[in-house]
Amino acid sequence: MPGKLKVKIVAGRHLPVMDRASDLTDAFVEVKFGNTTFKTDVYLKSLNPQWNSEWFKFEVDDEDLQDEPLQITVLDHDTYSANDAIGKVYIDIDPLLYSEAATVISGWFPIYDTIHGIRGEINVVVKVDLFNDLNRFRQSSCGVKFFCTTSIPKCYRAVIIHGFVEELVVNEDPEYQWIDRIRTPRASNEARQRLISLMSGELQRKIGLKVLEMRGNAVVGYLQCFDLEGESGLVVRAIGTACTLDKLSSPAAFLPACNSPSKDMKEIPFNEDPNPNTHSSGPSTPLKNQTYSFSPSKSYSRQSSSSDTDLSLTPKTGMGSGSAGKEGGPFKALLRQQTQSALEQRGGSPHRFCRRREFPFFTLTAFPPGFLVHVGGVVSARSVKLLDRIHNPDEPETRDAWWAEIRQEIKSHAKALGCHAVVGYSESTSICEEVCILSASGTAAVLNPRFLQDGTVESCLEQRLEENLPAGCGFCHIPYDELNMPFPAHLTYCYNCRKQKVPDVLFTTIDLPIDATVIGKGCLIQARLCRLKKKAQAEANATAISNLLPFMEYEVHTQLMNKLKLKGMNALFGLRIQITVGENMLMGLASATGVYLAALPLPGGIQIAGKTPNDGSYEQHVSHMQKKINDTIAKNKELYEINPPEISEEIIGSPIPEPRQRSRLLRSQSESSDEVTELDLSHGKKDAFVLEIDDTDAMEDVHSLLTDVPPPSGFYSCNTEIMPGINNWTSEIQMFTSVRVIRLSSLNLTNQALNKNFNDLCENLLKSLYFKLRSMIPCCLCHVNFTVSLPEDELIQVTVTAVAITFDKNQALQTTKTQVEKSLQRASTDNEELLQFPLELCSDSLPSHPFPPAKATSVDYSSFADRCSSWIELIKLKAQTIRRGSIKTTVTVEKASPMNEGNFRNRSAPPCANSTVGVVKMTPLSFIPGAKITKYLGIINMFFIRETTSLREEGGVSGFLHAFVAEVFAMVRAHVAALGGNAVVSYIMKQCVFMENPNKNQAQCLINVSGDAVVFVHESELEVVSSQPPTANCQSSCPGGDVTT
Amino acid sequence: MTNELDIFVGNTTLIDEDVYRLWLDGYSVNDAVALRVRSGILEQTGATAAVLQSDTMDHYRTFHMLERLLHAPPKLLHQLIFQIPPSRQALLIERYYAFDEAFVREVLGKKLSKGTKKDLDDISTKTGITLKSCRRQFDNFKRVFKVVEEMRGSLVDNIQQHFLLSDRLARDYAAIVFFANNRFETGKKKLQYLSFGDFAFCAELMIQNWTLGAVDSQVDDMDVDLDKEFLQDLKELKVLVADKDLLDLHKSLVCTALRGKLGVFSEMEANFKNLSRGLVNVAAKLTHNKDVRDLFVDLVEKFVEPCRSDHWPLNDVRLFLNQYSASVHSLDGFRHQALWDRYMGTLRGCLLRLYHD
Repeated sequence: MPGKLKVKIVAGRHLPVMDRASDLTDAFVEVKFGNTTFKTDVYLKSLNPQWNSEWFKFEVDDEDLQDEPLQITVLDHDTYSANDAIGKVYIDIDPLLYSEAATVISGWFPIYDTIHGIRGEINVVVKVDLFNDLNRFRQSSCGVKFFCTTSIPKCYRAVIIHGFVEELVVNEDPEYQWIDRIRTPRASNEARQRLISLMSGELQRKIGLKVLEMRGNAVVGYLQCFDLEGESGLVVRAIGTACTLDKLSSPAAFLPACNSPSKDMKEIPFNEDPNPNTHSSGPSTPLKNQTYSFSPSKSYSRQSSSSDTDLSLTPKTGMGSGSAGKEGGPFKALLRQQTQSALEQRGGSPHRFCRRREFPFFTLTAFPPGFLVHVGGVVSARSVKLLDRIHNPDEPETRDAWWAEIRQEIKSHAKALGCHAVVGYSESTSICEEVCILSASGTAAVLNPRFLQDGTVESCLEQRLEENLPAGCGFCHIPYDELNMPFPAHLTYCYNCRKQKVPDVLFTTIDLPIDATVIGKGCLIQARLCRLKKKAQAEANATAISNLLPFMEYEVHTQLMNKLKLKGMNALFGLRIQITVGENMLMGLASATGVYLAALPLPGGIQIAGKTPNDGSYEQHVSHMQKKINDTIAKNKELYEINPPEISEEIIGSPIPEPRQRSRLLRSQSESSDEVTELDLSHGKKDAFVLEIDDTDAMEDVHSLLTDVPPPSGFYSCNTEIMPGINNWTSEIQMFTSVRVIRLSSLNLTNQALNKNFNDLCENLLKSLYFKLRSMIPCCLCHVNFTVSLPEDELIQVTVTAVAITFDKNQALQTTKTQVEKSLQRASTDNEELLQFPLELCSDSLPSHPFPPAKATSVDYSSFADRCSSWIELIKLKAQTIRRGSIKTTVTVEKASPMNEGNFRNRSAPPCANSTVGVVKMTPLSFIPGAKITKYLGIINMFFIRETTSLREEGGVSGFLHAFVAEVFAMVRAHVAALGGNAVVSYIMKQCVFMENPNKNQAQCLINVSGDAVVFVHESELEVVSSQPPTANCQSSCPGGDVTT
Repeated sequence: MTNELDIFVGNTTLIDEDVYRLWLDGYSVNDAVALRVRSGILEQTGATAAVLQSDTMDHYRTFHMLERLLHAPPKLLHQLIFQIPPSRQALLIERYYAFDEAFVREVLGKKLSKGTKKDLDDISTKTGITLKSCRRQFDNFKRVFKVVEEMRGSLVDNIQQHFLLSDRLARDYAAIVFFANNRFETGKKKLQYLSFGDFAFCAELMIQNWTLGAVDSQVDDMDVDLDKEFLQDLKELKVLVADKDLLDLHKSLVCTALRGKLGVFSEMEANFKNLSRGLVNVAAKLTHNKDVRDLFVDLVEKFVEPCRSDHWPLNDVRLFLNQYSASVHSLDGFRHQALWDRYMGTLRGCLLRLYHD
């Protein structure tokens, strides 16, 4: 009996009138957990009942504690007929199961009904008494902490980052069960909500078990998704990064709450590492290109460490079978090199190592400094599958195999880029009828576990800055052999250090590393694309989609590239490409944040070429377009303050280079030596993109390039956590969700018309956001997240969630730079040790397609990365040690004057310090500007269904959805407040499925949101005696403070 | 391409004061958009008309959802659906309960019933205020009236507590409730020159001095109903004009005191008896409900108009009324000094307020 759950029902308020005659309600409450139900007394004739119940006690297994939600139902007592349900509250008690999160859940929860929405509130107190259980074979994983945040949470330190964990569970969708024909919509919705709640609990528990198995105590970057496969079932899947975290305030290592196998922790890291000398096996001098052999043929046979051998010997079967296969099997710890010597040096912190399982993937997008050594390019894989009914929910093998296949592909792409790991990894699906596109993407990278071991990992932003790679250009350096590049790219010497090669453009799915040197500001860049597709059935449909995909990816990429150049920038971060499938079309939407990385070459311009010669007016038109483009580039450079320091005399000239000079570049020195041939390389960097505008398509492209309107002045936008170039945030934030659905007129469905409609939809949406938030200027929209879906034939739905943050325009603080500078010397001393880890990568060359060709039912769309190499922009890193001597600091240190520092403080004072109790902030970011997160209370993962049969009466589709989204926010806030928190960070709306039937006056919507509940304290409150300035500021920043005249 | 659905929901509910005003004023979305365009917002922000349309719709939807809560403002404070900073909540409530001078003058003193509601059409046409806005204002009056009508305790406090209004607005509502309850006639042509502020001022004085609450703070309806006993007693004042000696004495006392101080002394002297008779008769008539309703008509007819036709300056009116009230204390034969003070103290204040063009 490992746990006792105690629940007390205190009171209700604002209940709806259930008895028309008296205009009152006779309410009582049912409290259900598992199969046990308790009831309160009926509180007669009141809309604000005071039940003040006894403590209802449930004695349950901790397994159930993790899986089951607490279900509270408020009913109206009726003597003569059945009691009417008022609504329900589901409470996830998981946060009470970690020792250091919330200890009690207590507060007002909205009473929710899937038909009527929120109907009053109920005050509930929930507690859990956990008993320690020493059962070794337990199925629960209490105590493993979950974080949605895709970086190391702010008040923790990563002791070890173990790596990828994944799991999926399947079930029949209650909506499609036979019983659904006879039960009410309410019953059906509730069955679904409950099932999904159960499934996510189960999923979380299973992932937790895997984490414990890996000796971790937390999952970071936890992403859980639902696939509503319709007839064929319901899939809940999750991925995350297992870590061992250490609370910063407490020096002692954290032990999981229940039965942590801590005694094993020290032994495990060593017992599978028979070659402790790995460290010394590789020379610490520069390894040059041989280090990375990305093709099996060129595989460089070095003394590979035992772990490499292990990896290649790992039975491939394990990969395909996903969760089920692994759990039973022996624990295969594929240890990365862990040297004895290193351990001894560290003295007493022996379990800092980075171990990888079969997929060296990390769902993190931001890393402890030094962890990320080099960044490859984006790797992605997509696969089109036909859904079939899931026959046995306990054996979700097909779905597991599908994902394993895709992950394998991602892994081999990464390897082709000379990288051993994938960071910023994510997975998604798009389903239409029985066709499903599975997508995975990430950024190939080389990581440095040694750096991690050196104990320099601090999860706090402030502390992070202390430890840095030199000059913030290391991650840009290519990791692969330039003589054997997996795709044509133009390399130059790094503009920062001048020692290493860098590509001309860099695409990644991660956040901008905190130490990267950026010139100017960043901006949101989107590529949007539609392709019509014939309606087809089953396999024909899947084939058609597979055939279209490569073209879509290619075009999306071209658009991104053009837009990037038009902005005068050279790198994309946070790239997310979403391909959505509909009945008769495919949509592609790519969002990323463009920046100008100082280490990369100046981007080339865009050249327009017409193929029809000797036509005067045409020529004129072309040159007119050319001029317009050049003007736009110049304007953008000014707008985003991109003025790179002049490195050589010819940089600033015309953006159009002479194409001939390119070839030289490709063949430039294969060996990067320490002598810098500075001027030689400046030629190739201006690789112009040539657009031929012969056909109408290209014309469209050019036009669409120019129609993207920059945000109004005072506005910036990005889809990453932090806006490059802005760091003087003030503390006003506004998170929002905006949804738009357009109906296409079916008459003129051409690709062009579609593209234009889609483009207008997105642009108008952005314009609306800028207009709505104009009172916050100067401000930045961060983490702008667009989701596209095609609910019906002629409908396009776009959902945007983002946060607007105000900043102080007057102070271009560059505080980070000073700190970077400071840490340069120190960091460089450690660099000698960087290289071991990558070496092993190259030798674990696996066959890239371990799976047999697709079965008849599934059409395999093998990764695009192989075919269309230009798509993957890679940066590879050389496994060269960066030696101290080679570090050249080009960072210009703009020291923030003490004056500025002071002002900044003041400005960041909380505008709402005086606000009423219960304000809960929500943000998709992992931090809250001007505040410090002091405690993580647990994960919020909620799923709601709302349905109406009186759509018109509720204000039509907009009124219906507006109310529902507001209700979802309210329920999230209420849960956070009940946990004792005052904010949700890393908030994400993972799903917003909207269906309507206006003829029947009906609509239904499903929303799934998640995030981390936290407690934060304003920085100004942290300072002990903060005198007047903050308060004065506080008053002035409260809008309309004196309205009550 | 049409927007089937278009919503924006912020974690903190966005409130645009300008749009809120347009919504309160009862404009349709399209009219509101047109008015916003005219305000030059497009030029300031570089937005398009479509953006404005979508923004206006969004705000209107939000306000529509908030309206239910605004009907019981404490609910707005405790609800969980809209996260609104307290200062904004106060603004929403205050503006929602604010009313137009033109409108309130039409309705003041009328029974807040269905019948009056039917007349809103005419009021709307007459005042140029949209029917929607008239309805909101009327419903506000009625809602406040219903809630506080039978409540114990101070009228202003009750209103503030149940509707979270500012002190000023709560006082205004107290006046509206008081007038509606006593059905004072305010619509007559000769009363048209009076503003709502004039009536509200008088209402406050009357609530303070003439209601049950003025003598006993523990009774129901204390601030809403006039003190019946007091009104009955007022008949006793009749002696001041009925007793010729007393009237003459009163006049001579006043005249002696004001000689040389009043610009309109001769007019005053000539009119004293008429004026005094008017004021005392008003008091004596207050036993009948019908006459209570006509209080303001009577005051204007019997006092304000005669003085005005003789071009009394306001200061002379003040000097006269002060002396007129005070001199009664020197009338030895008069025994109702306290009653006189309770009546005249309030009436003097009201008359001074009512005396203007």
